[in-house]
Amino acid sequence: MKLDDVNLDGNAQSASGLKLENDPRLLSLLRRRSRFSWQLTALMLAIYFGYILLIAFRRDVLARPIGDGVTSLGIPLGIGVILAGIVLTAIYVNRANRVFDPELDRLRQEFGE
Amino acid sequence: MSLPLTRCALLAALVTLPVAALADALTGDTQRQVTNWPAIAMFALFVGATLLITRWAARRVRSASDFYTGGGITGFQNGLAIAGDYMSAASFLGISAQIFADGYDGLIYSTGFLVGWPIILFLLAERLRNLGQFTFADVASFRFAQTPVRVFAAMSTLAVVIFYLIAQMVGAGQLIKLLFGLPYSYAVVVVGVLMTCYVLFGGMIATTWVQIIKAVLLLFCASFMALAVLWNFGFSPEMLFARAVEVKTGLAAATGLEPQAAAAKGLAIMAPGGFIKDPVSAISFGMALMFGTAGLPHILMRFFTVPDAKEARKSVLWATGWIGYFYLLTFIIGFGAITMVATDSAYLAADGSLRGGGNMAAIHLAHAIGGDFFLGLVSAVAFATILAVVAGLTLSGASAVSHDLYASVFRRGHAKSDEELKVSRRTVPVLAVLAITLGIVFEKQNVAFMVSLAFAIAASGNFPVLLMSVFWKGCTTRGVVAGGSVGVILALTLTVLSPSIWVSVLGYAKPLFPYSSPAIFSMPLAFLTIWLVSLTDRSGRAAVDRQGYAAQRFRAETGVGAAGASGH
Repeated sequence: MKLDDVNLDGNAQSASGLKLENDPRLLSLLRRRSRFSWQLTALMLAIYFGYILLIAFRRDVLARPIGDGVTSLGIPLGIGVILAGIVLTAIYVNRANRVFDPELDRLRQEFGE
Repeated sequence: MSLPLTRCALLAALVTLPVAALADALTGDTQRQVTNWPAIAMFALFVGATLLITRWAARRVRSASDFYTGGGITGFQNGLAIAGDYMSAASFLGISAQIFADGYDGLIYSTGFLVGWPIILFLLAERLRNLGQFTFADVASFRFAQTPVRVFAAMSTLAVVIFYLIAQMVGAGQLIKLLFGLPYSYAVVVVGVLMTCYVLFGGMIATTWVQIIKAVLLLFCASFMALAVLWNFGFSPEMLFARAVEVKTGLAAATGLEPQAAAAKGLAIMAPGGFIKDPVSAISFGMALMFGTAGLPHILMRFFTVPDAKEARKSVLWATGWIGYFYLLTFIIGFGAITMVATDSAYLAADGSLRGGGNMAAIHLAHAIGGDFFLGLVSAVAFATILAVVAGLTLSGASAVSHDLYASVFRRGHAKSDEELKVSRRTVPVLAVLAITLGIVFEKQNVAFMVSLAFAIAASGNFPVLLMSVFWKGCTTRGVVAGGSVGVILALTLTVLSPSIWVSVLGYAKPLFPYSSPAIFSMPLAFLTIWLVSLTDRSGRAAVDRQGYAAQRFRAETGVGAAGASGH
């Protein structure tokens, strides 16, 4: 890693002489956070394209009425996709605020960044 | 700044005032509504209030940073402003009209417009905030050669902005023509002049506040309408749907269909219908909506208005919540319009179609619920919606010209803040004139394809470039420029060859490209080109690009060294 040619604040070294960007705790945090983001992304893609594939190939499933009424299965499914988007967003923000941010802040403080 | 602003307000008034008189002279035209005084009063009230905000904001715009970012707002405010930016007239009038006509199909639009937001949050929002300053090109060009990447980004931004602008201008023109009985070209000019005032004098501060106010008003009106509809049916969605099916069955029977065929046609509004014809189009359309959202420059720009990554994250949560809630409301409003508008002869023309055109379903429903006064409020809010969206788009286009082309390319990063600001301000009227001209030229065109084209360009150009430059170490300058250009050009070309232009506009018998959206081809091909060109790139620049990744990633992930939203 070469950071000399970028305009960072300069004092990116801790007492131990290690730089923040090489700190194993930071690398572990970034790995966990990135895995979490991609998992949620995959879940959102699966939910949405699952719905789109139903529209593309199995409209009859979406047209099936629920119970005796006229309300079709497609209505809770479509609304479910919208709600799933909101819920996944909330899950990510919650995790980032409670877990990832405090860890990163502690590390940044320790290294004086 | 107050003198030119006053002149600006006067100009807007001059264009607006003769309207009422003119409208009375023109009421003979059956396609236009009778002059609606409560609506005009509401409209004047809103325009007056927003011009006051612009005047207040104008005193606070001192630097290029103030102009582009509004000097830093909270995540909650930004979330509302994003929602205001995104809940365009196409969403409110277009989706409710789609539901009014075909029922379920409107919901497919809504889901597609929403699911891009979680993707923006998981992959882009925080990294954008940490890497960028004013435009998404700051992020896309972070470790690359500035000139080629910024030229590409500016071009693709302008392409998206122009198509989106035309769609909004045409929508605005038609809406104003129908609501206020004002000729189409006048309506387009009014929108152009007002949007220029907001952006020119108030910059991002005024644009943000206009968007926030509009978002609150729109959410309020839509909530009231949805509640009124549900209240009519004892808060039972099943009763609402059953009545809608009954109405549609009755309408089908009235055209002379057999009872059984009529019943089938009525029930068809509860399932996906003819609007997506084949599986390839369905998937392609889904991709364009989802990934296009994550590549819209005027939306990405909003992440630079907040102070840090945490607030950027919060703004997405608020925005997604409000936008999702809004789409649930439009679903109820659309079905409500079937039950309350489709059977009432007061809202129908002689041939049984909706008075004032299909897009007016929500507007007529407002009248059915709350009379002239509420109709006026909803109309004014619909107009405000268009103004807020075009202001955001114009700002984004102006920043692409001044920040990316002028400051970074022509002046090689040596432009002073006030010079950059001057170029921005000169770009705004140019964009306004362009938008007004194109809006008048495209009056008769279907606006839906222009919106979908904007999304397809964003999904095929900006999105692959952003994603690869942020996440792939091996990505190089040549790769992003080649891949992004392939995506944008292919999206444009395939759209021209598709049924919506080749057949509907140019009048050929058969489309050369049979699907309704190009994204399923153009987006993967953009990714593939970026990958292939970067992989085979042996230039000296490529080595610098790859070497810069570690520092870029460090800043993107930790925010160390990130620019503040103000004071830089």
